Amino acid sequence: MALYIKGGRVIDPANGINKIADIKIEEGLIAAIGDFAGAITEADEVIDATGKLVTPGLIDIHCHLREPGLEAKETIATGTRAAARGGFTAVCAMPNTKPVCDSQTGVEFIYNRAQATGLVRVYPIGAITKGSDGQELAEMADMAACGAVAFSDDGRPVPRSDIMRLGLQYAQMVDKVIISHCEDPELAKDGVMHEGYWSTVLGLRGIPAAAEAIMVARDILLAESAGAKLHIAHVSTARSVELIRQAQWRGVNVTGEVCPHHLALTDAAVEGFHTATKVNPPLRSDKDIEALRSALNDGTLTILATDHAPHTAEEKACEYNYAPFGISGLETAWPLFWRELVEAGVMTLPSFVAALTVAPAKRLGLPGGTLSVGAAADVTVIDPEHTETVTLENWQSKGKNTPFVGQILRSWPVTTIVGGRVVMRDRQVIG
Amino acid sequence: MAWQHKDLLGLRGLSKQEIELILDTAAPMKDIIGRDIKKVPTLRGKSVICLFYEASTRTRTSFELAGKFMSADTVNIAASSSSVVKGESLIDTGKTLDAMGTDIIVIRHAASGAPHLLAKHVKARVINAGDGAHEHPTQGLLDMYTIRERKGRLEGLTVTILGDVLHSRVARSNIWGLRTMGADVRVCGPSTLLPPELATIGVQAFTCIEEALDGADVVNVLRLQLERQKKGLFPTIREYARQFGLNQERLKRCKPDVLVLHPGPMNRGVEIADDVADADFAAIEEQVTNGVAVRMAILYLMMGGSGSGAVH
Ligand SMILES: [Zn+2]
Repeated sequence: MALYIKGGRVIDPANGINKIADIKIEEGLIAAIGDFAGAITEADEVIDATGKLVTPGLIDIHCHLREPGLEAKETIATGTRAAARGGFTAVCAMPNTKPVCDSQTGVEFIYNRAQATGLVRVYPIGAITKGSDGQELAEMADMAACGAVAFSDDGRPVPRSDIMRLGLQYAQMVDKVIISHCEDPELAKDGVMHEGYWSTVLGLRGIPAAAEAIMVARDILLAESAGAKLHIAHVSTARSVELIRQAQWRGVNVTGEVCPHHLALTDAAVEGFHTATKVNPPLRSDKDIEALRSALNDGTLTILATDHAPHTAEEKACEYNYAPFGISGLETAWPLFWRELVEAGVMTLPSFVAALTVAPAKRLGLPGGTLSVGAAADVTVIDPEHTETVTLENWQSKGKNTPFVGQILRSWPVTTIVGGRVVMRDRQVIG
Repeated sequence: MAWQHKDLLGLRGLSKQEIELILDTAAPMKDIIGRDIKKVPTLRGKSVICLFYEASTRTRTSFELAGKFMSADTVNIAASSSSVVKGESLIDTGKTLDAMGTDIIVIRHAASGAPHLLAKHVKARVINAGDGAHEHPTQGLLDMYTIRERKGRLEGLTVTILGDVLHSRVARSNIWGLRTMGADVRVCGPSTLLPPELATIGVQAFTCIEEALDGADVVNVLRLQLERQKKGLFPTIREYARQFGLNQERLKRCKPDVLVLHPGPMNRGVEIADDVADADFAAIEEQVTNGVAVRMAILYLMMGGSGSGAVH
């Protein structure tokens, strides 16, 4: 007995496929792509994808699952349910948990919990420094050996250039990518939003765009000298884009990712002091968004990620200054990206799908991101016509911190399949 | 005309008519303050709570007296910001005050936007008595009242705001109110204490005090928080006083009938010279009186009074 996905537009950028076709899944693997109308029997399970898009399972290389230690915000169980509802079949978990994932034990814990409670695949990212406190290297080689897929002190940028250099050298040795949250901590200190017109109007401490670009420049120079692979997390400023573009021309191994909120909102959204708009890096200006779009258009930036950062409602129900940074992003990522990039004509459909599938997989050396015959059957079906108002009613993440509630968005994932198993069907999470 | 809003959170977005309504209503209120018996029954049975997360004797007392002069029951709550770092407490505190039947909550808070958060969660009307570096609308209104009283108008005047604009809620409320009323607004201070994009707001920014004072009708001197120097935002207090302190010599740049304002308390000899602070062209004490009148007007309007001035 097989699972068939019938009649959808199959977009598999990894194999250059963009055509109406059926997909046959058997024993958790992609068995074949073609026309199977006659071969389907009554015993088979069939998903009708007519009028829909069928893509490799979406991969998010930047999310926060909060387990261990911060389970009130999210768990691997709830975070992966949110992922499934957002069409993601695999997520990479940032290490800023409690304790920080900075050892083999931490990496193994995440694999074990994901095995026991996760609905989609979870890949742990290890910390660069012990406790992510920026002073001493964590046991990166050990972590790499037991399955850490990359290294990052996300949330707490490595302030010392000497330590960052050592981290990049070490990552180069074990052939892993360093994912850098680029922000000069002193320059950004006490800042809660983008520095500009709106920080002036609202009287909130600003985070200058230069705080990000300075660290992008530093990390590029360090990665260049170490021959290391560098990935810039949540790129948010025009200057950062420029620096990445120039570095790529020089042949530096640097990539960057863009998050949905940095495309969908400017700092003007902070008016009214809604803490759901407090995010790090902050929501930037129109000019910055324009630069991000053109970088996605010309291929300078090739990866789309969520920076899913759930917090409890209580933590966000306070004065803007005191609220934690972060937006719960997994469940609205696709339709927001769709509106900002596909409907806006910034990216072609295949390059858009690639940015959420094969590009992140290749960058971190993850399995998946392709519909190749024999690959694990991780598949997402999207209905580009499905319209839905964002509500918290069926929200799976514990983090209700989204500024998009009430927005009517078009194009949503309707089915998520992980290893041949349907984990989300008709927008309902299963299991 | 009656007051249309539930709360008074800032001057940004208020119309010219609304600002005029408050200023016009404040005039008869000021008469009450001048009487022997400063008491009218206008707000009898109404309760006003001053919820202050930051110490401020001046503003708190001003609101308290404004309420008492109109027979409202006023209560002060001094909450320290350090013990109430989390916002649930602000929302919870607001809900508690609401449940006690409070009509108006006057809030002072170190965090920009705190009054907005409170206003969203309570039925009581909320008056912003200063939030972070955001707004201090009643200060802006009393400054405008004082200017109008002395100059007879606001439209067409050139007002220079001098000092730490970056951290000043007084500056922001002045900017919005004065711009709405048709005044030209300039700001002047060290570049490290000027926020970005002032031009977008329609304000001219200067780092040279002489240029900023050239032909000004009004100079509003902000209070300098001396601890900014410890944070390295300017090199020394001595240099600040020399570069940006307002003295008689510099005032010669202004119009001959210049008016000097200061929200107080003053650092004499730093941001303002002694002989300027005490001169006839300074209205610093007048501002304090007008502050009570403006706050009476606001309490009155928010409790349903109309701008006819019938407060007897
Ligand atoms: Zn980050």
